[in-house]
Amino acid sequence: MTERPVVVIGSSLAGLSAVETLREAGYEGLLTLVGEEPHQPYDRPPLSKQLLLGTWEAAETALRPDGHLSRLGVEMHLGRRAVALDPAARTVTLDDGTPLAYAGAVIATGARPRRIPGVPDRDGVHVLRSLDDALALRTALVARPRVVVAGAGFIGLEVAAAARAVGCEVTVLEPLRAPLTRVLGPVAGGRFAALHAERGVRVECGVGVSGVRGAGRVEEVRLTDGRLVAADVLVVGAGVAPNTEWLDSSGLPVGDGVRCDVYCASGAAGVYAAGDVARWPNPLFGEEMRVEHWTNAVEQGRGAARNLIAELRGRPGERRPFAPVPSFWSDQWGEKIQFAGRAAAEGRTAVVLDEPDRRRFALAYARGGTLRGALVVNAPRVMAVLRRLLAAGASLDDAVAAVRT
Amino acid sequence: MNLKVDLAKCDGYANCVAAAPGVFDVSDDTGKVIVLTDRLDEESSDGVVEAVRDCPTRALSVDEGSS
Repeated sequence: MTERPVVVIGSSLAGLSAVETLREAGYEGLLTLVGEEPHQPYDRPPLSKQLLLGTWEAAETALRPDGHLSRLGVEMHLGRRAVALDPAARTVTLDDGTPLAYAGAVIATGARPRRIPGVPDRDGVHVLRSLDDALALRTALVARPRVVVAGAGFIGLEVAAAARAVGCEVTVLEPLRAPLTRVLGPVAGGRFAALHAERGVRVECGVGVSGVRGAGRVEEVRLTDGRLVAADVLVVGAGVAPNTEWLDSSGLPVGDGVRCDVYCASGAAGVYAAGDVARWPNPLFGEEMRVEHWTNAVEQGRGAARNLIAELRGRPGERRPFAPVPSFWSDQWGEKIQFAGRAAAEGRTAVVLDEPDRRRFALAYARGGTLRGALVVNAPRVMAVLRRLLAAGASLDDAVAAVRT
Repeated sequence: MNLKVDLAKCDGYANCVAAAPGVFDVSDDTGKVIVLTDRLDEESSDGVVEAVRDCPTRALSVDEGSS
């Protein structure tokens, strides 16, 4: 059977997972991967860790061996951006005008760093998202600059740790009351402020960055309370925004991501979305989410691709709702920090493990008695147990009992 | 299908345990993966292929040898 063409837009982890899944599932048709960056698919988590520290070179971030995608028979358009998708004509158009006809498409265009209003793009101002961003920042850190990091999210804190470790003077400024509030909730963040302060990173919460001063390059950073801080490098870690602008003319439902159903389907025939750009209702949690983490990119790329194949083969009944336990990790100063599920601001939390001498800690998040999330430090087996309980919809009491026995 | 584990790369993320709980666990002492069975049958092999893809440190691999 000749199968009709599939186009995957986005050549990072979710897009890679989608093309690999399509081939593994026996899809033999024309398969095209479009990527805005010129690089073969590479891994992002090491960018803020090994790459900045200088323990890895750029080539080590490659996700697959050379030639892997051509062996899979994937046609690559790298260094090319998709600029439009026409669901009626079933074409994706690239920035050089190339039209790609599709029967199936997976949108995996990811997200880009948010900027801070009032902070212009100038020498000394950095973000960290791409390999090129990381290489530019690493080069800047060689001169041991004074570094200000705007935003105490995971990226901001990992950059702070790496910059400090290579000998820079580092200040982290966080507009909210504690680091990591957006993902971990207000309770847990304080622990991480202390972790960084012990290593000589200045962490100041409740204050943001409103601008920069300097002739041609950053010399001072202006804070939201009016103070000026001397700095050579400003790293903006203010979160990311999904790359959906190219879909504005498509009529696809977009709003903080491509809005999908439980199958990761966009509503247009044959069009699915995965990774940081996809927003979908996760039936396991009963809420709509958009997840910006590594594991979700792999899992959702796979889930979307499998559902697309089922649709293309005229067997929509074989599609499966995408119902993962979102999870991610961060490594800071040798601490293994893992999180799974959701940290509902309005929920309850319970410390289920606290062994300061072994530096082990676990916090469970619950809503209405049901386990919703878990934060685990230096205890991977505890995380494996809690992840299983999250997937099973267990109660907070079950989680407490399982960890303490 | 043969499963190979590179313990030097493993960092205990336990994504493999989520993908194939009957095949993998993670040790509390070493913080590294434990393979629970060396017999990979038809049923467990799908989960193992997922586990290979889900490993953030690329510590797992499979080849199609017979064993």
